[in-house]
Amino acid sequence: MKRFKALAITAVLALTFVLAACGKSGNGSGPIKVGVINNPPSESGYREANVKDMEAVFSAENGYELKTFYSIKNDEQLQAAQGFITEGVDYLLISAAETTGWDEVLTKAKEAGVKVYIFDRKIDVDESLYEAAVISNMAAEGDTAVQWLLDQNLPEYNVIHIQGAMGSDAQIGRTGALQAQFDNGTMHCVVQQTATWDEAEAKNIVESVINSGESFNVIYAENDGMAKGAVAALDEHGITHGVGGQVVVMGFDCNKWALRELKDGAWNYDGQCSPFQAQIISDLIKGVNTTSDKIIINEEKGFDATTITDSDIEKYGLGE
Amino acid sequence: MKSKFKKIFAGGLGQLTIPLIAIALLVIFNLIRDPSFFSITFSHNNDGNTIIEGNLISIINGASELAILAMGMTLVTAACRGQDISVGAAAAIAGSVFVKVLKAFSVINPGTVIFAFICSCIVAMLFGCFNGVLVAVFKIQPMIATLILYTCGRSIAYWINGGATPNVKSHILSGIGSFIPGIPIPTPVLIVILMAVIFMLVFRFTSLELLTQSVGINESAAKLNGINSTFIKLLSFIILGVCVCVAGMIGVCRLGLINHETLLIDVEMDTILAVAIGGNNLGGGKFKISGSIIGAYVIQMLTTTLYAMKVSSTDVKAYKAIVIVLLVVIGSPVVKREFDKVVRNMKAKKKSVSKGAAES
Repeated sequence: MKRFKALAITAVLALTFVLAACGKSGNGSGPIKVGVINNPPSESGYREANVKDMEAVFSAENGYELKTFYSIKNDEQLQAAQGFITEGVDYLLISAAETTGWDEVLTKAKEAGVKVYIFDRKIDVDESLYEAAVISNMAAEGDTAVQWLLDQNLPEYNVIHIQGAMGSDAQIGRTGALQAQFDNGTMHCVVQQTATWDEAEAKNIVESVINSGESFNVIYAENDGMAKGAVAALDEHGITHGVGGQVVVMGFDCNKWALRELKDGAWNYDGQCSPFQAQIISDLIKGVNTTSDKIIINEEKGFDATTITDSDIEKYGLGE
Repeated sequence: MKSKFKKIFAGGLGQLTIPLIAIALLVIFNLIRDPSFFSITFSHNNDGNTIIEGNLISIINGASELAILAMGMTLVTAACRGQDISVGAAAAIAGSVFVKVLKAFSVINPGTVIFAFICSCIVAMLFGCFNGVLVAVFKIQPMIATLILYTCGRSIAYWINGGATPNVKSHILSGIGSFIPGIPIPTPVLIVILMAVIFMLVFRFTSLELLTQSVGINESAAKLNGINSTFIKLLSFIILGVCVCVAGMIGVCRLGLINHETLLIDVEMDTILAVAIGGNNLGGGKFKISGSIIGAYVIQMLTTTLYAMKVSSTDVKAYKAIVIVLLVVIGSPVVKREFDKVVRNMKAKKKSVSKGAAES
């Protein structure tokens, strides 16, 4: 038994050396080795687009050698990060499942000379441990949308506000900007209800307003599905919507199908928490862009029905 | 007329007393709160069809899925002395199959819709069979047996959808989900009526009702009388499967998209509640499907009333709970017995008074 154990340890050590040697030899003029640690694409439409974007940008054609690991479990992600460091990647890109517990691994990465970029979500570590963090700003997303709404210069704003699951990052970010308008009186809140991302519930909420006879001219739904539910209620009760309609319809997430509704003029606006961080990081790695900022806020996109193009749908739309 | 009232107060309507009183109370409450709550008006939808609209229509329309599920659930409850808590998850699967099959065709016409419906119906019946076998053959408690599908159902639907929320657009589907051109009544309401008529006919021309009740009341006695109780239980789950499929299809057609995470979410609890409010014994045995249907409308009416009062949707569940506790307690055997006692005492007193008057 003891002998077997010794044998096993020797074998593992030998393997590690071989791997380490391989890693070193690749550091010459070959492709840039990038290890990406992310949440699995099945998590959401957002993640699916995020993963696809990473794989497209860090491709062999662009001079990269990409290794990926996807998990929603922090400890599995940590192990994978260890593995990537041992394998000798040049860059480590992380979207962590949890914000804590990364100190040790990132310190090791620094000692091994692996440069770290953080994307999508922040991690609670000292800023010296990573090159830069390209993150989303949910509040900016809400601000962009509400600014667009203000720019429409409607004679009055009677808003039906359909919220996502209360307390989720997306809900807080998307509610904040609109709530500020309600508070300072520039917009009138007809009703503010959470439908917890449920399309049918969103339809019920709008239907109850229609039945009450109250007038409204804006529907601000915090995701595409709920906007679709709201529009179903409008259609059933003969209220026109979208470009040139009685009611302005706003959604979020930029699913491809939702952007097509936009293109058809059935909706007015769709906002997005951008899942596209790969190009920004690639530019930083290759020195196309340089910045001394540690935190880079990803620009949040918003589409207007009157200006959206088919190529926008293809490029920025999520899902199929 | 007077005797009719007496009969109602003495519980003469049987198990329908409680749900009917609940509806009456909600109607009175709403009339006091805002008489225009019940106004019904004609208008046009965006397809140019004439339709009727108003809170009442929203209630009857919105309760459709719940009513259909409650019909099937009543049968399962009666035969198996327990409930199926996987109906929401199973509906998500059925809806996903429906959309998946539709998307496989390049065009959506009546033929493909019917084919997709049959496919999803078969799948839903198979999952019903799965639950049924666990309950009827392996004698697992219904709530535990269906807990399996409750847990994994939406994940299965997720696999079918490939993680996305697929959209389908067609006039046929919006015809099923909202209005058929030329008919001012929402189609889901018509589907509920159709399902209720089918159940009525089945009960009228087969002995399914009697067999189900006897299995539910005393299984071993039913067996001794030559009733195949395993088959009856299995059948109740398969029938529920059909109801699940219809409900799932309506849910999908209403919106033109399938979201496996939110389609008929939490509906299983409302369904069981509808059966309970309908005065059916959750311990099996005698049942009335009409009670469950009324129960479904009570729940929807409650929800719509609360929305009309602008109660925050996060609080709606709490208010609902208060009303439901009251309903269930009033309908409980203990309260019923006490109530009967009071009624009997009153009658006895009246008799003795009139007797006394006659003697003097």
